[in-house]
Amino acid sequence: MRKLFAAAAAVALGLTASLGAQAADKTKVGFVYVGPVGDMGWSYQHDQGRQAIEKKFGDKVETTYVESVSEGPDAERVIEKLARAGNDIIFTTSFGYMNPTVKVAKKYPDVKFEHATGYKRADNVSTYAARFYEGRYVIGQIAAKMTKSKIVGYIGATPIPEVIRGINSFMLGAQSIDPDIKVKIIWINSWFDPGKEADAAKALIDQGADILVQHTDSAAPLQVAAERGVVGFGQASDMIKFAPKNQLTAIVDHWDEYYISRVQAVMDGSWKSEDTWGGFDMEMVHMADFTNMPEDVAKMAAETEAKIKSGELHPFDGPVYKQDGTLAVKEGETLDDGTLLGMNWYVQGIDGKVPQ
Amino acid sequence: MEFADALLVSIVTASTPLLLAAIGELVVERSGVLNLGVEGMMIMGAVCAFATSLTTGNPYLGILAGIAGGAVMALLFAFLTLGLVANQYATGLALSLLGLGFSGMIGEHYVGTPGVKLPTLDIPVLSDIPVIGDAIFNQDILFYMTIALVFGVSWFLFKSRTGLILRSVGENHNSAHALGYNVNRVRLYAVLFGGVCSGLSGSYLSLVYTNLWIENMTAGRGWIALALVVFASWLPWRTIAGAYLFGAVLILQFHAQGAGWEVPSQLLSALPYLATIVALVFISRNRTVARVNTPSCLGQSFVPDR
Repeated sequence: MRKLFAAAAAVALGLTASLGAQAADKTKVGFVYVGPVGDMGWSYQHDQGRQAIEKKFGDKVETTYVESVSEGPDAERVIEKLARAGNDIIFTTSFGYMNPTVKVAKKYPDVKFEHATGYKRADNVSTYAARFYEGRYVIGQIAAKMTKSKIVGYIGATPIPEVIRGINSFMLGAQSIDPDIKVKIIWINSWFDPGKEADAAKALIDQGADILVQHTDSAAPLQVAAERGVVGFGQASDMIKFAPKNQLTAIVDHWDEYYISRVQAVMDGSWKSEDTWGGFDMEMVHMADFTNMPEDVAKMAAETEAKIKSGELHPFDGPVYKQDGTLAVKEGETLDDGTLLGMNWYVQGIDGKVPQ
Repeated sequence: MEFADALLVSIVTASTPLLLAAIGELVVERSGVLNLGVEGMMIMGAVCAFATSLTTGNPYLGILAGIAGGAVMALLFAFLTLGLVANQYATGLALSLLGLGFSGMIGEHYVGTPGVKLPTLDIPVLSDIPVIGDAIFNQDILFYMTIALVFGVSWFLFKSRTGLILRSVGENHNSAHALGYNVNRVRLYAVLFGGVCSGLSGSYLSLVYTNLWIENMTAGRGWIALALVVFASWLPWRTIAGAYLFGAVLILQFHAQGAGWEVPSQLLSALPYLATIVALVFISRNRTVARVNTPSCLGQSFVPDR
């Protein structure tokens, strides 16, 4: 019996050794997702990025992911496990993974870490995020052109700076076309509840909104828009299948190029700790096709997109006034990234208060 | 549609899945079994209904599949808790987790695909009644079934002999056993009924409420249904009141926000659970009136001694 065990152990050792040898030629890439890959939103788009890496590098990479990892002690365990498993670079894709990522990174100085939407960096920890608000400026302009009731319904998840910034950017875009646009905002206090998203959409339409904007992840509001004959915008991914006649465009998270470039950097040995906040210019934000709108509106939207991409236009170019009338940034200047990142106030023209 | 009609339709849509799952769980708990796996059975119902209706193009087949999905999960629960006398609390929690994970696996290929909507059945004349017409008489088959189920369960529990047996099993399984009733068989049927109702509730989510499949789309409704049963103090009629109250609060707070009123939306989201805690406090304070309806053997396994 003992012999048998010894033999088994030897075989096992040999196996791991050969596996190890094989793995050494490959760059190993790990991902941690906060939601299920099937959420059709945030985590889904990160996973699209992972698949893009596999497609691009083929046999030269090996990717793994762990989905639905809650933002607590669990995250640290999962990240450490990925580090110990020999991953060369690990992407942690939610704000709440910030401290666990930095902590694990200290213990594994040879592993590269990439943390999405955070602000803590180290020699082996980069941060990256996308300027989704650029897309929201474009849809603001489209909405102002398309609305008849001049009331836009806006479904928000939770009042964090990311969402507030989106609302402000949308509003500034809309006001650049028509200063009288009104926006009704409903918070559903969840990123992920199709039922509530649909209910909020119905409430907004019942209150006179003829355009729906969402900052939540499911296609439910668009389906309601299609049922009730109003139009709306997709979020995170192109949702045209759910509302072929009612989606105007969608703001698409697009991590493919960034992920490929970072993995490439690891392969070349040129990887450095950086902070990346990219928008249209870095292909991190895409607009889905401009559909169901007159040609001149589509043309205007494409032009705005190009202007933002080239840097000619910034959604938060001054003058920008806060809700109470105070000047946030004067003419000729642009709101700085620090203010944008911590944004907790509405711009002029939005009724109601930011929930505390 | 007028504003009031639309409002009522929204409230009914939000309340129906809660009511369906709660009425099933009520029967389960009346038989003395606590199945915490409602969320898991519901989500399995949702994914089975969605996948089947999409593949066959027939939403009614989808409902059948949803029922089957919920029932299979309930059978598993029954096997573990009644057959193997496993702890009901732990098994129920495990069932919820299993359902969430397994449904994600089944539904992987259906993410991002629009589904088949269950048609509404317009009842002539009655559906023209102002305000309530659309909300009550221009609904889909699942809504009518839900209302029928509440009537049926109420009659069954308190007016039929079998219902009396079921309640006695939940009150005191030893006495019921001594009288010659097969306690675990009664409980098996009750648990199965609960699974069917949860499956129906899941079907409603993916065929009516929102016509799509995403992992975890129940988003905690199973837990609200569990809370509702306690809130209703195990009386079928009160589940109706509770479900519509919870649904109305949800919809009205959205309308209030849209109208620019400052409502503490986080607090209102927590309201169903707060209401349940208040109900629990009343039940545990009042020894006679409120406790009368609490099944005494709730959560206790039964092993017949031979």
